[in-house]
Amino acid sequence: MSKKITIEPVTRVEGHGKVTIHLDDNNKVTQSRLHIVEFRGFERFVQGRPYWEAPVLVQRLCGICPVSHHLAAAKALDVIVGLGSDGLSPTGDKMRRLMHYGQMFQSHVLHFFHLVSPDLLFGIDGDPAIRNIIGVVLKHKDLAVRGVLMRKFGQEIIRATAGKKIHGTGAIPGGINKNLSLEEKQFFTDGKAIPSIDTMIEWAQDTVNFFKSYHKEHSDLLDGFAAFPSNHLSLVRKDGALDLYHGVMRAVDAEGNRILDDVDYQDYLQYIGEEVRSWSYMKFPYLKSLGKEKGWYRVGPLARLNTCDFIPTPLAQKEFEEYKAYTKGKPNNMSMHMHWARLIETLHSAEVIKQLLDDPDLQGTDLVRKGTKISNGVGLIEAPRGTLFHHYQIDDNDQISMCNLIVSTTHNNEPMNRAVNWVADNTISGKAEVTEGLLNGVEVAIRAYDPCLSCATHAVGKMPLEVSIVDNNDKVVSNLRKNVDN
Amino acid sequence: MTTNAHPKILIFGFGNPGRQDDGLGIALVDHLQQLDLPHCTFEQNYQLNAEDSLLISEYETVIFADASVAVESVALTEIEPSHEIGFTTHSMHPASVVALCNELYGKFPKCYLLEMRGFEWEMKEGLSEEAEVVLQMALDAMIQQLETGVVKPHPDSVELKN
Repeated sequence: MSKKITIEPVTRVEGHGKVTIHLDDNNKVTQSRLHIVEFRGFERFVQGRPYWEAPVLVQRLCGICPVSHHLAAAKALDVIVGLGSDGLSPTGDKMRRLMHYGQMFQSHVLHFFHLVSPDLLFGIDGDPAIRNIIGVVLKHKDLAVRGVLMRKFGQEIIRATAGKKIHGTGAIPGGINKNLSLEEKQFFTDGKAIPSIDTMIEWAQDTVNFFKSYHKEHSDLLDGFAAFPSNHLSLVRKDGALDLYHGVMRAVDAEGNRILDDVDYQDYLQYIGEEVRSWSYMKFPYLKSLGKEKGWYRVGPLARLNTCDFIPTPLAQKEFEEYKAYTKGKPNNMSMHMHWARLIETLHSAEVIKQLLDDPDLQGTDLVRKGTKISNGVGLIEAPRGTLFHHYQIDDNDQISMCNLIVSTTHNNEPMNRAVNWVADNTISGKAEVTEGLLNGVEVAIRAYDPCLSCATHAVGKMPLEVSIVDNNDKVVSNLRKNVDN
Repeated sequence: MTTNAHPKILIFGFGNPGRQDDGLGIALVDHLQQLDLPHCTFEQNYQLNAEDSLLISEYETVIFADASVAVESVALTEIEPSHEIGFTTHSMHPASVVALCNELYGKFPKCYLLEMRGFEWEMKEGLSEEAEVVLQMALDAMIQQLETGVVKPHPDSVELKN
């Protein structure tokens, strides 16, 4: 009797994930797929609204990474107000960068301490009763305390730059609406109210070291689990440096050959297409030069460290050199190394935050600039989860007439499916019993990409995750339910 | 975060006000902040997360206010700490935040979850008409307790969970 394993939320109002794994009579996997129901209504919703509202409106899109959408929209509107993509004042540019690197820092910290460390510390098939953040607290309290304080530091940076947590207004078309006062700067540097930025750098370095030590003892898992070759896409600074806020598009293949280089993201439509497949609501982006079959690519920390030539801060650069040496300078295609890359980016973000806090331009008063308005603009940013495109067109009444967004999770649609395929084929297929630990392996592979499955709406009871094994007659053989409200 | 003179109670509203009734927790705090409630401190965010365990450790009583589809109208229940987490931890349930607070900081604030029934979840500002009624019920139920600084589940003024 053939079976179908389904991992899906029961009720949702927007983006959610469902994994289906079909087994034949011998428990061999015949097909596995990740379905993510992407919310696309926003692009229609924003049409007709005044363009200057977009940086605030887009934060409705996601309560997880509103800063990324806020900044990507603002960057697109910088172009529309006639500044091009490089026309901000030093204060405007650096305040936005501070906001962005604060977001990157807190998001990466959360992902590692909260999502990843339980699997690493207790094992993918460890006891699910303790394989969670509370288990980490009970066994490794110092690690958890640091995680909380690092996350808080990043959140406070966002508060100081975006103005408020809900629907922040820091970035506006052409600039920023506030600078950073010396008092606000001191809050992050003197270590009195919260641990200082120097402490954040030290702890970020310790976390990279922790991961490297773990890697030495568990290289089979981290190197082999869900590893597969792919293309990689991200922004890089014009000189090839890692830059998470601004730059040009670059794509490399699995061997490191450049597919795109020095591409102005205003022209992204010439280079990136989106394929629709009948079984998924979410599109599958691809590089047009390679076609739909071969043009899929990864975005995010792994991709960024594969596309850039160097990291422009000293401690992260040192770690980057060690990371690159592990693959002999070739692109890293190991999914679990996404965590290693993410922690190097965390260290880099802390270093950039320190550089920015020391920069007197943050106390400047030249906040907003204007040029001659045009009708079309694209904003691109490296969000924590990967490349994020915002594209707007406006009409003669200054109203948005077209909006196109490509979010990180969409770019990673095909790679996440490949990761699920790998786990299904290599760990589940042929097993007499599909245990919780095996199914957690599917989640571990997806989580490496940090997809935004549970965006803005999260009301109690709204996000259960159901794991069902169903036979050929749609009869549920066994059932496991996960739910955010426990 | 806004603070009155003698904070003892934290009211933490969370949700996305850009998703209609998902913003009920935020709306409740918006209203309460306009009142003179000397024992109360207020906080709002899209989601709860790990660092909120540190915040709540500084209070004696915490009320998490959120939209819900698990109650008929309004329910105020005491939160039992929970060690379980969901599939993604982009957001945390209050019970997990409370458990983190207990384990990390050795603090045991009395924590409650105020659930308010939501009906509409589209990408739109403003509560639905039904949710506005629910919000008023929640305000009516909570204000007197907050004025006295004594909070406890009250079956006469709020419906218990199903």
